[in-house]
Amino acid sequence: MSFTTFPLGGIHPPERKELAAAVSIEAMPNPQRVVIPLSQHIGAPCKASVEVGQEVKVGQVIGNPEGFVSAVVHATISGKVAAFESVLMPIGRMVPAVVIEKPSNRPDDAWQPEEDDKSYLERSPDELKGRIKAAGIVGMGGATFPTHVKISPPKEKPIDAVIINGAECEPYLSADHRVMLETPEPVIEGLKILMTILGVTKGYVGIEANKPDAIAKMIEAAKGSNIEVRTLQIKYPQGAEKMLIKSILNREVPAGGLPMDVSVVVQNVGTAYAVYEACRFGKPLIERVVSVTGGGINKPKNLRVKLGTPVSQLIETCGGLKSTAGKIISGGPMMGFAFYDLNTPVIKGTSGITVLEDKDATGSGKFYNCIRCGRCVDACPMGLMPLMLSLYSEKAHYADAKDYRLFDCFECGCCTYVCPAKRPIVQQIKLAKTQVKP
Amino acid sequence: MDNNKFIISVSPHVKSEESVSKIMWTVTATLLPAFVMGLYYFGPQALFVTLLCIIGSMLSEYFVQKLAGKEISLKDGSAVLTGLLLGMNMPSSVPFYIPLLSSFVAVAITKQLFGGLGYNVFNPALMGRAFALITWPRSMTTWAEPIANFTGMDAKTTATPLGILKEQGLDKLIEVFGSKMHLYSELFLGHRAGSIGETSVIAILIGVAILLLRGYITLRIPATFLVSVAAGAWAFGGKQGIFTGDPLVHILSGGLMLGAFYMATDYVTCPTTKKGQVLFGAGCGLLTILIRLKAGYPEGVMFAILIMNCFTPLIDRGFRTKVFGAKA
Repeated sequence: MSFTTFPLGGIHPPERKELAAAVSIEAMPNPQRVVIPLSQHIGAPCKASVEVGQEVKVGQVIGNPEGFVSAVVHATISGKVAAFESVLMPIGRMVPAVVIEKPSNRPDDAWQPEEDDKSYLERSPDELKGRIKAAGIVGMGGATFPTHVKISPPKEKPIDAVIINGAECEPYLSADHRVMLETPEPVIEGLKILMTILGVTKGYVGIEANKPDAIAKMIEAAKGSNIEVRTLQIKYPQGAEKMLIKSILNREVPAGGLPMDVSVVVQNVGTAYAVYEACRFGKPLIERVVSVTGGGINKPKNLRVKLGTPVSQLIETCGGLKSTAGKIISGGPMMGFAFYDLNTPVIKGTSGITVLEDKDATGSGKFYNCIRCGRCVDACPMGLMPLMLSLYSEKAHYADAKDYRLFDCFECGCCTYVCPAKRPIVQQIKLAKTQVKP
Repeated sequence: MDNNKFIISVSPHVKSEESVSKIMWTVTATLLPAFVMGLYYFGPQALFVTLLCIIGSMLSEYFVQKLAGKEISLKDGSAVLTGLLLGMNMPSSVPFYIPLLSSFVAVAITKQLFGGLGYNVFNPALMGRAFALITWPRSMTTWAEPIANFTGMDAKTTATPLGILKEQGLDKLIEVFGSKMHLYSELFLGHRAGSIGETSVIAILIGVAILLLRGYITLRIPATFLVSVAAGAWAFGGKQGIFTGDPLVHILSGGLMLGAFYMATDYVTCPTTKKGQVLFGAGCGLLTILIRLKAGYPEGVMFAILIMNCFTPLIDRGFRTKVFGAKA
């Protein structure tokens, strides 16, 4: 059976979804200590609004946005502000963070809704947007773009469709799969809220064909609405915004452009869920579902985790690492970041922790001359010529790389996956991007 | 927790199992049916010539890399592949120094002095053969007659079918092989004079099938190559005016099959984009038929591919891919 997909390129690495896909979401016990980065979004870090020694309650604001594309940060457990420190994020950036500690003898303090606004769909777009902003919601697929900004397109870019991205095309990961399977209604409601805000009558959910159970549940939940659930061909990077829009609406986001240029807004499954909770219960984004999976972990699980929990605790909750574990990744193996410190906290954009076994993990080892086989050209979903970008970057001819449309690359890694000479093409592209102006 | 044992590197963290050496050794293996047929038709001398080419290629690679202080890359199989292809492109009767010197030109000069695998402009095996043909034209065009045949029919001749076609015409060629059908079948099986590995079309196609199934080559270059040769032969190859030529004889003769599927598709020296490959294949075909019909050589595949190799960088520059979302 063939399902819709994007026309150019793409790859199909081994999925390995079976490790965690059948495991129900489990709430992880609250940690005693959380380290909450003040920058869990692209854009400037928040400014702390608490002081060391101060008592904070779960859900309380601890950091306020400084810039336009940032989002408010909340305490994820109740306790005392123990310290401010810098924490090293997987992407290699030091970020200021608030440390909250709870005395071990004190019982856990769960977040309690102050309201239950059942008629949230009747609220004005501005009011709903305000709730989303107050909840500090960002894109939870990994890009962490503040949601309230994404749903405020300029007037000259009218939106006519909202897509929920349930593709989850990264190998191993199953967090979105479980959320759609176990809580389809809140996700659909979240989509309805986004449609209301954007004044859109047509909503879509795109899900890869390897999640038939989730597709069935989502279709059921979407019954009687203007929401269409689309089954997509299993192909990485199906979940990239531009690819998803092409697959579902056959619209091509212009090079250098954004989804709103073709009147579309795309949101992740987890984001839709958080939008629903924020608009109905006023719940801030203090927790998220994280897949902890891979051949190197003893008991792969999908955990609902308080933000700021160190990754090492997630691994312990999943029975620890196997002796064969060779590489630990924040996110999936195609676009994730290898951890160099397991004290790194879970943040809003942490979709999974993938523990690869030594034998499956490749390092950025020795690479060879490009033999111009063209596999990268065939694999590139953007229609680029990665070999040229790689060769020019290797020779430090960055301006020539730009001429080959360097900045249209969104770093999905298909080229690097297929390269028989094992060239670090994406790495070279990233380097070139830092060396020339767009 | 012991953090030191974990690998830290950038994404993607998983990679395909394809590698350069796997590709080279696989292509080498797919050439074996045609090579074995060459041995069957031309005997132990064919083995001797090919081995000399392979050894010469490996030694050339080793010495240049040693001198340049580079890592020795014999393991990747590309030198062996070049040697094998070069051997298969020579008559079995050449004296021993021709394979040795040609493989030096192929690997040391054409490949390593340009920077090694990936940086060469010309197909090394063809360059080696071109050198041999120009330097020792007599040895390189003196053909041994096949020593064995399947069909029991004796097609003994030391002229290649294309040579007869060029000098004496199609009627003579049919006369030599008995009938038209027999001519086709002998060409298809490889029972004719020619280079060691180029005569048996069926054996070449067995290897090609494997390459196509594994996705190592596509039909873009070979198909446009063959079609343009056939079209040119049909249009201009006949004695009774245009559109009276016999395209099948041209398709099945000479080094066309080996050249179209194994030489023109060489990753390093052919264009990388789909459109560029189509143009490249068509260019190879038109030059081949032009040389075969109008130039001094009966055979044109080698020069056609080498000439088109020159255009590869230009074609790659001019026929880029269409970028997603870019204005057409």
